Amino acid sequence: MATSFQSALQNLRETKVWKSIFRRGPANTNRTRSLAIFGNLFLHWMPVKVREKSLRVRASYYLGSISFILFIVLFVTGILLMFYYHPAAPNAYRDMKDLQFVVSNGVFLRNLHRLAAHLMVFAVFWHMFHVFYRGGYKPPHEFNWVVGVVLLLVTLFLSYTGYLLPWDQLAFWAVTVGTNIISAMPFIGNKVRFLLLGGNIVGENALLRFYVLHVVILPLAAFVLIGIHFWRVQKDGGLTVKPKDEDGKE
Amino acid sequence: MSDAKTSSVAGSPNAIPASKEVTRRDFLNEITMGALGIAGLGSVAVTYQYFSPNVLFEPSTTFRAGNPDLYPVHSVTFLQDQQVYIVRLPEGFYAVSAVCTHLGCITQWKPDVDMIACPCHGSKFHPDGVKIEGPAPRPLPHFSISLTADGELLVDKLQIIKPSQVLKV
Repeated sequence: MATSFQSALQNLRETKVWKSIFRRGPANTNRTRSLAIFGNLFLHWMPVKVREKSLRVRASYYLGSISFILFIVLFVTGILLMFYYHPAAPNAYRDMKDLQFVVSNGVFLRNLHRLAAHLMVFAVFWHMFHVFYRGGYKPPHEFNWVVGVVLLLVTLFLSYTGYLLPWDQLAFWAVTVGTNIISAMPFIGNKVRFLLLGGNIVGENALLRFYVLHVVILPLAAFVLIGIHFWRVQKDGGLTVKPKDEDGKE
Repeated sequence: MSDAKTSSVAGSPNAIPASKEVTRRDFLNEITMGALGIAGLGSVAVTYQYFSPNVLFEPSTTFRAGNPDLYPVHSVTFLQDQQVYIVRLPEGFYAVSAVCTHLGCITQWKPDVDMIACPCHGSKFHPDGVKIEGPAPRPLPHFSISLTADGELLVDKLQIIKPSQVLKV
């Protein structure tokens, strides 16, 4: 079974179509393995070689990867939820309730989106603390640390803008309180609040603005920053590995 | 390190020429960058204008609170739709905002303890809006209150008046 699968794969790799897409034969030498990484859009910013100890659980607890996987889960479930959600005043709450009680598997997707969002905030914070206590912000990683802090802020803004979208009492008061905190900024606070809400009260304009921020602007910013963040990990020499990772002792 | 730096500066082929003459290329570059800068600032300004709505479909800030006889003397009445307390004392009427000055929650009138309390973070106020305790930084503001031609109370939530001003009816 396994051999027939492998020979089928081997035959596939010899076909003209496969060669036109991947432009090389099987990855059976170090050179072709490197080319397999370099020649793939989705992998080219990953390191071609990593130190084995940097892959151990205790080196990173995979917190960055967990955050990224949660982001992908949120991206997929969020797009699916958008098929039933209208960002308008009487509809938004009803659509949320429809997703819970009427739409097939709607409650599963909504809860998955919500839980993944909570977990992502948790994972991103834990990632930050872990990097901080490991000294992962030290040269040459300073720039990537700053990108990471911005990504933390983007994560929190994504959470906050998503919080308004169910359009229930919790959402309304959370955003009322939050935007009143913004208006406490000296000089520009009231203006920023007005622009963010598109008015003086948390109404339809605010719902639409938060929706656009939540589904377009902030995810786009997150994708770009995540790309820079991953790419810089490699350019800065891979994960920070402490001596205690090498032999399991301090 | 420092040796390499000095030698690279000394041997640099891009050393700046001694004359400070503005070439045609420099001039055109500066004009272009200046024009792009002005266009950039302009687009920031018009984008800011675009994001500031000119017409708001929000509830009116002025409302009629009905006939003064509806409110007995020594009473505090909460108007839920307007989020305003109409207070009547022997010396007259005043209108106090029900929106907590801390973070905008709606306060509640507690007649048994004779105070206005906020459910969110526990701020407490006298019925005239003066703060008793809590995180609220300011007293509850008083709104302009007047009588219409047909004798009804009229409150304007955009006009904040001094607490000493009361409407005598």
